[in-house]
This record gives sequence, C-alpha cells and structure tokens, in this order.
Amino acid sequence: MVRLVAFLVGLFFSGMLLIGLGDTVIKAIQEPAQPTAEHEFHEMPLAVSFAHDGPLGKFDRGQLQRGLKVYSEVCAACHSLKLVAFRDFAALGYNEEQVKALAKAWKTEVPSINPETGEAASRPAIPADKIPSPFANEVAARAANNNALPPDLSLITKARGDGTAYVYSLLMGYRDQAGYKNAEGQELLKEFPEAATPAGLHFNPWFANLNIAMANPIAGDDQVTYDDGTKATKAQMARDVSAFLTWTAEPKMENRKSAGWAALGFLIIFTVLAWMSYKTIWADKKH
Amino acid sequence: MSFPWAQEYKPQGTVSKWVDERLPLPRLVYNAVGAGYPVPRNLNYFWNFGVLAGVALVIQIVTGIVLAMHYYASVDGAFNSVEHIMRDVNAGWFLRYAHMNGASFFFIVVYIHIFRGLFYGSYKAPREMIWLLGVTIFLLMMATAFMGYVLPWGQMSFWGAQVITGFFSAIPLVGEPLRQLLLGGFAPDQAALNRFFSLHYLMPFVIAGVIILHIWALHIPGSSNPTGVSIKGEQDTVPFHPYYTAKDGFGLGIFLIFFVAVTFFAPNMLGHPDNYIPANPLSTPAHIVPEWYFLPFYAILKAFTVDFGIPFTGVIIIEAKLMGVLAMFGSILLLFFLPWLDTSPVRSGHYRPLFRKFFWFGLIPCLVLLTYCGGKPPYTQWVILSQIAAAYYFIHFLIILPIVSRIERPLPLPNSITEAVTGKPLETAAA
Repeated sequence: MVRLVAFLVGLFFSGMLLIGLGDTVIKAIQEPAQPTAEHEFHEMPLAVSFAHDGPLGKFDRGQLQRGLKVYSEVCAACHSLKLVAFRDFAALGYNEEQVKALAKAWKTEVPSINPETGEAASRPAIPADKIPSPFANEVAARAANNNALPPDLSLITKARGDGTAYVYSLLMGYRDQAGYKNAEGQELLKEFPEAATPAGLHFNPWFANLNIAMANPIAGDDQVTYDDGTKATKAQMARDVSAFLTWTAEPKMENRKSAGWAALGFLIIFTVLAWMSYKTIWADKKH
Repeated sequence: MSFPWAQEYKPQGTVSKWVDERLPLPRLVYNAVGAGYPVPRNLNYFWNFGVLAGVALVIQIVTGIVLAMHYYASVDGAFNSVEHIMRDVNAGWFLRYAHMNGASFFFIVVYIHIFRGLFYGSYKAPREMIWLLGVTIFLLMMATAFMGYVLPWGQMSFWGAQVITGFFSAIPLVGEPLRQLLLGGFAPDQAALNRFFSLHYLMPFVIAGVIILHIWALHIPGSSNPTGVSIKGEQDTVPFHPYYTAKDGFGLGIFLIFFVAVTFFAPNMLGHPDNYIPANPLSTPAHIVPEWYFLPFYAILKAFTVDFGIPFTGVIIIEAKLMGVLAMFGSILLLFFLPWLDTSPVRSGHYRPLFRKFFWFGLIPCLVLLTYCGGKPPYTQWVILSQIAAAYYFIHFLIILPIVSRIERPLPLPNSITEAVTGKPLETAAA
C-alpha cells in the first residue's frame, strides 16, 4: 500500500515537473530571454590588494588614517557612519587627545537639547559619541540628494559581494557613456540605445544597474591633502577609503585572525594527541 | 537492552555506591556512551558524525544563550544589537561568528550523518524508529535555523521570512488567514520577530529532547555497521569507551579544525552580503535566496512552474505555487516512509550493486545540482536543470528504490563482522 501510494505520488510530482520542463523549453524557444544592458555591461569588482588581505593580513594604520581623512572630507558630506564611535578611532593609531580633537572638530555636531529651554540644539561631539550623521533623517537626506538615499557606510564592504574591491571599483568606475565599450568590444549605446543614463544619474558599469545617483565623488588628484605627505592620487584616495571602510565594517578583524591562529594551533596539537591515543587504544584490534 | 556480554557498571567508592543506589545516573552514562555499550568493531569514519552533530548542537546552545544576553528582539534595535555584539561586547564577534557558522556546520555534519544512513541502510529494521526520530530532528533543525536567520533583521532575514511564511498563503481558503495568524500581522514585523526569537530559544531544547529519544532508540538494537551484518557475538564488538571515545575524539579534532578555519578566516563565506543591510520592507532584494542548507528544497519549490488542471478547459485543480510547496514539504516527509519503500533485506550499499549505482550516479549528482540551481536566479537554464533534478529526486525515492529492492541480486554478505574485518571465518577468528 505504502509503495503503491508512493509510486503514484512520485509519478504525479515527476510528471508535473516534466510537463513544466517541456513548458520551460517551449517558452524559451518562443520567447528567448532578451539580453539586458545590466547583464552584458555590468562589471565585476577590479582586482585590488590590501595589507589586511589573507589570514595573516593586518590593517595598514597609515592607510586607515588617510582613509578616515577621505571619508571625513569627501564621503561624510552625504554618507553616515552610524555604527562607528569616535572612541573607536583609537584603533587607527590615534591617542586619547587626538581622538578628542577629532570628535570636537567634526563638521557635523551631535543633536542635543538646550538644558535651559529643552529646545532642540546641537553640541560638539565627544569620543563616546557615534559619528554624527550629515542629515537629520531620511526625508532630509533624500531632499538634498535628488530623492536618492545615500546609504550608511559602516557595513558597506560586508553588504556587497567582494565589498572592499567593490567600493574601490565603484569609486574608480565612472566613465563617459558615449562610445563606452565592454571587454568584448560591444558598444553600450549601439547595443542598447534605451540604456542611456537618465538625467540626474551617472554612468558607472560597476554599479548593479549601471546608473548611480551619486556623482563622481573623487573627481581628480589632490582632492584631499594627506598629513603623511602621501601623494593623493585618485587611485590612492579610492584605495585608502576602501581600506578604511573595511575597518569600519570589521573593526575586530585583527583580533579574529590572531585568535584563529591560536585556536588552530591548539586544535592541531589536540588532534595529533587524539590520533595517537586512537592508534594506541586500537593497536590490538583489527578493524 | 543490549548484549549479554556488555560490561556492567561497578561503583567503586562509597560515594559512587551511595549515588548509584539513589539515582543511577553514572550507570546510565556508562551504559549509554561508556564501556557498558558494545559497538561493532568495524565502524568507519562516517560513524563519527552522530557525535559531531551532538557537539554542534552544544556549540549552538552555548553561544546562543550568551548571544541572547546581548540581543534585543525589536525591529528598530535587532540589527544594531547584533552590530553591538560584533563591536562592543567582549569577544562578541567570536560568539556571533561561531553561532552563525555553527549553524552551517551543524547542517554539514547532519547531512553527512543522513547520507551515512541512506547509503548503509541504517533506516532498515530493526532501526526504523531511530530513523523516524532523526527525520524529526532534521525538520526541527530546519525550523530553528530559519527562525534564527530572521533574528538579525537584515534584508535577507526579512525577505526570507516573507517568502517562507508566504508558503502558508498557498493553502486554499485558509491560507492567508493562517499566515496572518502565524505572523501576528500582515507582514513580518515586531510580533513575528518576538515570537521567532521565543521559538528560536525554545526549539534547540526540543531538539535535545528528541536526540535523547534518538539515542535511546539506538541503544535497543545497537549501532549498525558498514557491512550491515548483525552482531553475532562478543568478538564482533568493542566497548564504546575507550575505543570509540578515542576515535570520536580524533574526529572531533578534525571537525573543529574545519569549523575554526571558516569561523576565524572566512566567517562570511557562507552568508549573504544583503543581510548586512538593515531590513527594509519597501525595498526587495534582487534575488531572495535562503541559506545554503535550504537551497535543494528551495530549488524543488521553484521547479514547479505549471498549474495542474483539466487540459483545454482552464480549470485549475492545484496551482503551481501550491504544488511547489507540497512537493517541497513532500521531499522531506517522504524520508519518513523510506524504511517501507526500500524493502531489500540487505542493509549496506556495499553489497547492493544496483542501489549503489543509483546512489552515487543518481541521487548525489541530483542533490548537488539542486543545491547549485537553488541559489541561481530563475534563468531558463537553471529552471530546466532544477526541473530535471527535482523530478529525479522524487523518482529515485518513490519509484526507483522500491523497484531496485525487488529486482536487485545482492552480492554475497560476509558471515560476520569479524570475518569481514579479519578475513578469517568465524570459528577461527573467535578463538
């Protein structure tokens, strides 16, 4: 009885799947899927390497400090960094006084209330504060940005596939759409004339739908002046801020890797001992 | 239970004797996982995975209890509380990554454990009850893992909850009201998050309870073994302790090395980047995909694309969506009937030439294909492949297996476990 019912159920499900298969094939022949501009012209992140890559990698503190400079002078005009506090900057190699000074000098103040009247006010940031957001709320952010919402950047490198390289590629990826060709030599506007970038958006093949609301934030060299004398080329700034945003997304990365090596070392010793006791105990038993 | 030659627990000291007369818990442990449990001497490494699954559950419970001390089940605060754990709680990043990857490793070891059972016929008489309880544990694990994935309240959490609870709305008439009852609202929101958290905390203890039944049922007939031949005498067995405690200790070391390597060096490898974006009910992700361990079932769900009805009349009896949901649940529920679908008296796949071919060249590629296609967007090639693989899945268990058990001529079995191990006939080996 069980086997009869099973046979019929199996026949029904597999039958419906095979009818579905026929249906899929017929539909695919009658209406073959049209290639889309996003599919043909979207680029995977560029290959770019960092000091923190790999299981032994550590953050380059100088690079993180430069990245913070790029964030604070360029990105912070629109993008919040809500999950990071000023006190966290101690991990970038700043001492307590420097952290205090960074907080106090931050362009946006922290919302607060007037202690006398209770009215809304603002005050300079202190190390315990999270980085103040450039806009009071989403409506204000959209109003100032042509109805686009600049995403919070705290986790951006973990919220995108191959995130660090993605941020770098996006920053380096603004192109002139007229005459743009992909690696196969196809010209975008010839293949897909309707894919022309709408007004108010910017062409960038590293962005999922090729058109991003953000204007090219790092237009050219020397947009910021680095304190350590590094030449602020466009690529240098893009790399530094990508490294910085990797740190904001994963501030405990170095603890994680070093703890990982300790755990692995312990486990290898444990496993060797366990293997030896296994062999000893079973020595007289054929199995 | 057990075998007449099983060693008996003999309490030595005064305290042990005192305890043994009042609550013989040490005796229970001795007989369950100590020297009092005789186990076939020929178990291979596939038999390590039951213990490993138990360890994985303990890892999940321990890390989960500590995480719950810092987690905040609120639609406004859940995402940030997870990030608070990652950034500000002492070793919080470790607890969270261990719990997140622990779920994946729990499924890895349980899948290998299930494959062991499928290949070596561990579900056959007299071990049907162990198998039924095992499938129950698997279902409970899936529910627990799903609810746990919702808790960080990221984009995939929210949209995963939306899709999974949407299954219930496929049920005719009562579907939509039922879905609202389960969610406590029209869409996943505060009420749903709270109850998921509550259930996510409860379910692991239910799982632990069913595991106790699973092990109890195991100790009635004793463990199966790679030959599938029943135990004939004392020479076929060794005491669980120290023989298998030592072997499991070694297996545990290897398992933890893999677990630690992923948790510390590639913690987000098995996750989805979108879950680092806070949940937004107004923005649907481009591709909603579940965690990797649900992908084969998700592929089966999506493989049903045509309605079942009376041709040329437009009358629909079962909509494609409902059929997908039924098939997806059916694909797991059919495992409950496996002991009665596979009627071959030979347990081990080693001695079943035809079964073995369908297992390695049919079922395994089919499951790999389903897992792969489940994670892909619904492009024609992936739909076609998942339809073929899903059809094979049902044909394999419901049609091929009963027929194979009937027509197959098994290879000659060894007379005993000892003979299989030593190559000598029973009488001389026993001497």
